Amino acid sequence: KSKEAEIKRINKELANIRSKFKGDKALDGYSKKKYVCKLLFIFLLGHDIDFGHMEAVNLLSSNRYTEKQIGYLFISVLVNSNSELIRLINNAIKNDLASRNPTFMGLALHCIASVGSREMAEAFAGEIPKVLVAGDTMDSVKQSAALCLLRLYRTSPDLVPMGDWTSRVVHLLNDQHLGVVTAATSLITTLAQKNPEEFKTSVSLAVSRLSRIVTSASTDLQDYTYYFVPAPWLSVKLLRLLQCYPPPEDPAVRGRLTECLETILNKAQEPPKSKKVQHSNAKNAVLFEAISLIIHHDSEPNLLVRACNQLGQFLQHRETNLRYLALESMCTLASSEFSHEAVKTHIETVINALKTERDVSVRQRAVDLLYAMCDRSNAPQIVAEMLSYLETADYSIREEIVLKVAILAEKYAVDYTWYVDTILNLIRIAGDYVSEEVWYRVIQIVINRDDVQGYAAKTVFEALQAPACHENLVKVGGYILGEFGNLIAGDPRSSPLIQFHLLHSKFHLCSVPTRALLLSTYIKFVNLFPEVKPTIQDVLRSDSQLRNADVELQQRAVEYLRLSTVASTDILATVLEEMPPFPERESSILAKLKKKKGPGTVTDLEDTKRDRSVDVNGGPEPAPASTSAVSTPSPSADLLGLGAAPTAPAGPPPSSGGSGLLVDVFSDSASVVAPLAPGSEDNFARFVCKNNGVLFENQLLQIGLKSEFRQNLGRMFIFYGNKTSTQFLNFTPTLICSDDLQPNLNLQTKPVDPTVEGGAQVQQVVNIECVSDFAEAPVLNIQFRYGGTFQNVSVQLPITLNKFFQPTEMASQDFFQRWKQLSNPQQEVQNIFKAKHPMDTEVTKAKIIGFGSALLEEVDPNPANFVGAGIIHTKTTQIGCLLRLEPNLQAQMYRLTLRTSKEAVSQRLCELLSAQF
Amino acid sequence: MQFMLLFSRQGKLRLQKWYVPLSDKEKKKITRELVQTVLARKPKMCSFLEWRDLKIVYKRYASLYFCCAIEDQDNELITLEIIHRYVELLDKYFGSVCELDIIFNFEKAYFILDEFLLGGEVQETSKKNVLKAIEQADLLQESQNEEWGGLSEDIL
Repeated sequence: KSKEAEIKRINKELANIRSKFKGDKALDGYSKKKYVCKLLFIFLLGHDIDFGHMEAVNLLSSNRYTEKQIGYLFISVLVNSNSELIRLINNAIKNDLASRNPTFMGLALHCIASVGSREMAEAFAGEIPKVLVAGDTMDSVKQSAALCLLRLYRTSPDLVPMGDWTSRVVHLLNDQHLGVVTAATSLITTLAQKNPEEFKTSVSLAVSRLSRIVTSASTDLQDYTYYFVPAPWLSVKLLRLLQCYPPPEDPAVRGRLTECLETILNKAQEPPKSKKVQHSNAKNAVLFEAISLIIHHDSEPNLLVRACNQLGQFLQHRETNLRYLALESMCTLASSEFSHEAVKTHIETVINALKTERDVSVRQRAVDLLYAMCDRSNAPQIVAEMLSYLETADYSIREEIVLKVAILAEKYAVDYTWYVDTILNLIRIAGDYVSEEVWYRVIQIVINRDDVQGYAAKTVFEALQAPACHENLVKVGGYILGEFGNLIAGDPRSSPLIQFHLLHSKFHLCSVPTRALLLSTYIKFVNLFPEVKPTIQDVLRSDSQLRNADVELQQRAVEYLRLSTVASTDILATVLEEMPPFPERESSILAKLKKKKGPGTVTDLEDTKRDRSVDVNGGPEPAPASTSAVSTPSPSADLLGLGAAPTAPAGPPPSSGGSGLLVDVFSDSASVVAPLAPGSEDNFARFVCKNNGVLFENQLLQIGLKSEFRQNLGRMFIFYGNKTSTQFLNFTPTLICSDDLQPNLNLQTKPVDPTVEGGAQVQQVVNIECVSDFAEAPVLNIQFRYGGTFQNVSVQLPITLNKFFQPTEMASQDFFQRWKQLSNPQQEVQNIFKAKHPMDTEVTKAKIIGFGSALLEEVDPNPANFVGAGIIHTKTTQIGCLLRLEPNLQAQMYRLTLRTSKEAVSQRLCELLSAQF
Repeated sequence: MQFMLLFSRQGKLRLQKWYVPLSDKEKKKITRELVQTVLARKPKMCSFLEWRDLKIVYKRYASLYFCCAIEDQDNELITLEIIHRYVELLDKYFGSVCELDIIFNFEKAYFILDEFLLGGEVQETSKKNVLKAIEQADLLQESQNEEWGGLSEDIL
């Protein structure tokens, strides 16, 4: 029948049911059930149902089983969040749970497990554990209770109270009823993931249960044997449970587990007991789970290599499913140091799979495995194979392959000309799938490695000769020639003018962002090649540029033209200087791949393979956010992003935001900085009056400080101590000055070695110059990789204004004379505050001296008061400061008064010092 | 397991069981997408595929597709056998099950599924025990004529 006829028929029926429900005549249970059931049917046909809930709830309290059953089914399928209904439903469930009728209890538990809402968790999370462990509960009810509780724990873990019942649940692993064990194992696994300590005893119980299953004859377990495989579901679940824990410590348990795993591996070699696919699936399900456990433990080389050989057999199996799983499972084996080499021996088979598999999802697994097994020895082969596969690859997986090739090419590049060739090939073959991250990265690397710059310039120049080349190539070409075109300008075939004409021939075919980038290249050419300046000025001056409808392009044309006209050669050379090296950082491509693949999958591979090349960026600049910007405070410097360059993660992403501000044209959002570590405020305060000590400490890292200051200069030694026995990789401390702080405080430092060995300490020296008074503190952000995880810590660096104090001794008379001179209300800042520490005179004196000012005795007529004086030295000016602290012992209060010639200084010093008492 | 869907070769949904809370809109979207994806696959292809951040395990029995969504660390092969065991249970209960049995006795299909899988986990793998539970429930049914189903015949 036609769709319309069906809808018509259904609407008629819905109207009928509605009228029955609304009718004056009360419906009997049977009719109610009938209509509720019809509603369900209609819903399952794919139509919306918005009534009938109340009738279904009524059915719940029926004593007739079928009516109750249909009521529960309706509630489970058509969950409704109406709170009044939920109250009624919960009430009905409560009654059934208390009924002691196992069939009714089962229905109620099934309903809770199906709906699993928070309201249900609130109502029953306390009750169900009791049902689960009660001695007289029927087995089938126990099974339902266990899984019901699991469902509630998944939705609302906070509402499921741990308690006495947990140990009794663990002992369900010993239950005689295999169905109970099956259900309980799922519950225990989920609970153990979150509370490993509490469920530790499950390990030995699970091992002995597993051992009994794998050694049993195929008929022993009766109905729990599935196609000659003893209890496959339970075996898989037990193996999953064991993956919540490290290898058992008890040698006996450990030995028994190893035996089990060996038995499972041995059975895989035995001839099949049945030709049915169910037999082999069940058997292999257990085998794959056992292999997962072996990989998880990653401690038995013998088992790992056996697992690898087994998977190697599956790689050529006629069952597509097994080939798929073998490729998938081998990916994780590749990351174990014990089996990496064994996995590599299968490279030809995997490459063959890439070429011959008919199913794209299997080919995708082959790509993943090639990526995982790649190392320096086979990278050229694997990258070449991936590139050639890319030509015909399915569109759905192209982008991912592009990312993988880009990462491998970078990671295993011994020869950077190979790297440049590979990336240009990528753009040629799959330009549309080459994301920004990829071409940013090639530029970063070329800029950071001067040995490849000439080659890169030559190669992009040649690639650009192609009549039709991808826009991404124009971007890379434009950027690289703008920086390094001079390296090939000596060759008459690539003279400056030829380079310019080549680029400009692509200009009109490109999108606005690329054109914007090319304009920057042109202005860079003006600096590199004075002889082409008139040609470029002509181009900039043309109406199509100067009057371009796009505000970004127009602005660039106007400003660049002006810059090329007014600036002297020297200024041009400064402004348009070669980009400084980029700071070493985690490849943004890798981050992108991780994002694509979800966390976990990629990270594991990265960390276990320790031979990552950390020197990709050559001599990385440390990214002192303030240095270059302050040293060349020409506004036009920022124009070209030079100031922002050390923190800009990538090439020139022309952010054509409507603002048209060129300042951020070259800077992408900086890498994410962690929020300040907890407690760092307190530590920070402690350093106001002292210069040495421990600034930060967690389980991995300790940061110590030692610093000295003289006049407006200072030097700080930062000590990074690795408290673990494992190396930190990509260890990158970065000093961050906010925009407000940057002009006033100049920090310079050298990078530290990106690898910090376990137990080692590395030192970093920061040279500090106070340019003008400032109120904020710089932030020290530290990023590194430890084991499997990326660490990101931020602390405030205690460089405070008072560090630039020089104490000044003066007599009482002088003090009061100056005090009066600073009587302008803006010059004085006063704070009255409660003492946070015991009010000890000697301690207070020490703090004032530590603060940096001189402590003047016998100045204040009241001997209980403290008076200090000093001069804050900045590069631009010196600021005299006077302070007076009046303790009130009775009230446990202080009054602090600061007078200086500058309001901001009085304010800041008062803030800093108030926090000390 | 996050959900199980049964649908016909024509893409008609026959049974849906969700083990994670999702809005109706999301459920419909997921169903539409998955039915399309699975139906587009060729017969000899692998039974597993990655979909969003889940793994899909599916198998076709006659005119019906059985399709489960499991999480990353879940076991694909054992899920395939979950499907098979469910088919066996339906087969045993209905006696050579066909799509029409599931359409007209959808409530039984749900009850059997609930005895076998609960909250997305295997509750009872013994065929005997599952069917015993269902049969006991059937015994509780009052002997009455099953007339309510009139609507369904009319529609199809």
